[in-house]
Amino acid sequence: MLLGKTLVELKELIDSKEISPDELFKYFMQRIKKYNPKLNAYLTLNKDVDFKNSGVLGGIPLAIKDNFCTYGLRTTASSKVLENFIPPYESTVTARLKKENAVFLGKTNMDAWAHGSSTETSDFGATKNPWDLTRVPGGSSGGTACAVSSYLAPGGIGSETAGSIRQPAAWSGVVGLKPTYGRVSRYGVIAMGSSLDCPGPLTLCVKDAALILGVIAGHDSMDATSSPRSIENYLEALKQKKSYTIGLCDDYFEGLDRDVLNAVEKSIEVFKKLGFKTKKVKLLSPQYAISVYTIIQRAEVSSNLSRYDGIRYGNDRRSFGDEAKRRIMLGTYTLSYGYYDAFYKKAQKVRTLIIEDFKRVFTEVDFVIGTPTPITALKLGEFEKYPFFGELMDKFNEPGAMAGIPGISLPVGLDRNGLPIGMQLMGSYFREADILNAAYLFEQETDYYGVIKKGIHNYE
Amino acid sequence: MNKYIPVIGLEIHVELKTKSKMFCQCRADYFAKKPNTQTCPVCLGLPGALPVPNKKAIEWVQKIGAALDCKLRPHSKFDRKHYNYPDLAKGYQISQYDEPFAVNGRVTVCNPRNKTKKSFGITRVHMEEDTAKLTHRGSGTYVNFNRSGVPLVEIVTEPDFHNADDVKMFLEELQVIIRYLDVSDADMEKGSMRMEPNISLQKITNDRSQITKKSELPNYKVEVKNINSFRFVKQAIEYEIKRQTEILEKGKTPVQETRGWDDKKNKTYSQRSKEEAQDYRYFPEPDIPPFIFEENYLDEVGVSLPELPQEKIDRYIADYKVRESDAFVLTRSRKLAEYFEKVVSISKKPQQVANLIINKKISIDLTPEKFCQKVEALLSPKVTDRKMLSETVKKTIVDNPKVVSDYKAGKKNVLMFLVGQVMKAMKGRADANLVRQQLLENIL
Repeated sequence: MLLGKTLVELKELIDSKEISPDELFKYFMQRIKKYNPKLNAYLTLNKDVDFKNSGVLGGIPLAIKDNFCTYGLRTTASSKVLENFIPPYESTVTARLKKENAVFLGKTNMDAWAHGSSTETSDFGATKNPWDLTRVPGGSSGGTACAVSSYLAPGGIGSETAGSIRQPAAWSGVVGLKPTYGRVSRYGVIAMGSSLDCPGPLTLCVKDAALILGVIAGHDSMDATSSPRSIENYLEALKQKKSYTIGLCDDYFEGLDRDVLNAVEKSIEVFKKLGFKTKKVKLLSPQYAISVYTIIQRAEVSSNLSRYDGIRYGNDRRSFGDEAKRRIMLGTYTLSYGYYDAFYKKAQKVRTLIIEDFKRVFTEVDFVIGTPTPITALKLGEFEKYPFFGELMDKFNEPGAMAGIPGISLPVGLDRNGLPIGMQLMGSYFREADILNAAYLFEQETDYYGVIKKGIHNYE
Repeated sequence: MNKYIPVIGLEIHVELKTKSKMFCQCRADYFAKKPNTQTCPVCLGLPGALPVPNKKAIEWVQKIGAALDCKLRPHSKFDRKHYNYPDLAKGYQISQYDEPFAVNGRVTVCNPRNKTKKSFGITRVHMEEDTAKLTHRGSGTYVNFNRSGVPLVEIVTEPDFHNADDVKMFLEELQVIIRYLDVSDADMEKGSMRMEPNISLQKITNDRSQITKKSELPNYKVEVKNINSFRFVKQAIEYEIKRQTEILEKGKTPVQETRGWDDKKNKTYSQRSKEEAQDYRYFPEPDIPPFIFEENYLDEVGVSLPELPQEKIDRYIADYKVRESDAFVLTRSRKLAEYFEKVVSISKKPQQVANLIINKKISIDLTPEKFCQKVEALLSPKVTDRKMLSETVKKTIVDNPKVVSDYKAGKKNVLMFLVGQVMKAMKGRADANLVRQQLLENIL
């Protein structure tokens, strides 16, 4: 009876007293006990829960990515370095969720320090793709994506640096929203690339994404990069029936698996049917963003990880996994004396060009359509064949991440192997309400071709 | 004849006395507080914590910049400076690299003893955060994060100093200026003002042109740390000049290094040799957006400055006709200078008031009004009771035969004792010169 209920639906059940928050919590805990051993979506389960019906999310259980500091609840960022770290403080995102009386089921697995796109660099074992246990769920928010798609949580929180919400949402077959940089506070999110990191929801439907965004978004005096701009009523925005212009850029269709390409093209037809216009646009090739993103992200990583010097947190630097070590070395190199201008500074200049490029395009169209990932879920272990696996997998997300623009990934079908395919809409700065609005229209029209429901029913 | 001319530049750190720390809400006043009681996720550098800059601290560093006649930059930003040390919570210090808040200043210092003025260039004034404090006890090292994140201003001078006296004079002036601004205690013992001179020696090639151009600076420099008084700065510089001279005399070049000052042995000692330039891997702090300051705002910073000591000296000389050396003494603290001005505004006798304040004839703990009354009493011409004086003088001579014979034996200065005795007996109601004259007449 509860299986597959969305956050909005569960909230109605709680409000009408058809179910109590603690019953709901127990329901998910039972499912987690049953399925988590083979999926490995959760690293730490929550025991200390306070149930209240009031608040926008009163009694709603959520899965939280393990890079959000949660007061008293172990937070590791999936790294052995923080194996025993119990935060003495709460991240702004989780604090805002708690304020609305959401309850946390537990902390979900991720690529260690969010370094990766498969959740395989986790020091606590890979998370499996619920659609095929021999495959990865995507990453780095793979734990949350897996939990939501197998209904071990009705919704959850992830974070993106470039693609870490949208790509696992695509590979696991759920909705993933990456807001504008600065729309959601980073305070208490274990930093990866500070100029890029962005928390966001992974959900079963667009309404749920709007619901969560409305709670977590908005200015935070603890984050100097958070925007002072007031937030919109994202749920209200879904009620409008707007017509938009979608930009089609050839470079964003290059190198796609044929099933992915077909699915995205089919989505364009859906939007046309909904009355949207399309327009050909030119954008800088995402190819450029790969190196720019790699340099800036690695530089920030090497800096952000330097606090784990072995003096505090129990475990020393030997506990860093290979991927973190590689990133620290490359980042340190690019920031070194004599190399800074050639790498970091040049990358920042190209970043400015990318920003200008998007700004220009968004004067012509409302969205740019594409996919968050050119292929569907890979087999476990395959990432090691690619030296810059994450960067290649996220090539369509990196330009937008560099620019700081929002995007949403939606399931648009299954490929020949029965794996979910993702489509994405990217929009201009702070146009989350429009992105959600367009996504909602798509959802109502297609119901994601049953993908989300099918995923859940694999885990009755 | 000196063969070398010292080339000295200074780095001065000043801790601001803002209520809260630079990037968090913790109290900044850490002095004598229980260790690790004024900390939070931000100043502990906990995972995920983010810095939010203290507006007041930035305003104050700009004030310092303006007071040192710097150009306040309309664009500025913070950068991360990386190094690993247990006192550094994040593995980097938030500092400023290529866009400090203030640049290109100049400080003119007057030397009241020889009435000369010298001026020294200020390269930059930037903002950073203080580190935690390490205490080594027994075999352990203890970290106290109360100081971590306290706003710290770094002032860097041009290598414009050529002797230790000028350095001392400059630093004393700088301390006075900063205290005038009321932005720091600038207390060296408490560590809220610290300085590091960079010292090297330049060979004198021809007797005239000793103007040091940057391109002609010596190819090494020695930085001296751990100096906590002006006296020690002078001693350390003098010691280094001697030490480096000896090395150069042997045809060698002193090692580029950081040295510490040992105030017990009165010498510097090697701490660590400096690589050409330590690679701090600076890059713009992504957690803090860059600053753009409006012209109006920056102008306002300059306008809001109090009258500075050097300006007061000039005004006292010009308007009050006070002696330069007195003007100097009176302006060493803003409180004293303002007191002086208040008294003068009432009594209109600047030089006399200056004398009375400087010679501590009247307590400055009095209200300016009371002070003025005393001034009037002291300065009004003395009416001496001649008869009483004559009697008192005679009695004093009789009562002090030993002193009188000492005087006759040539100890001329004991006369002041006798003058004092007479004045005391007369309850001060006598003219000191007249007393002196009468005493002499009666003794001889």
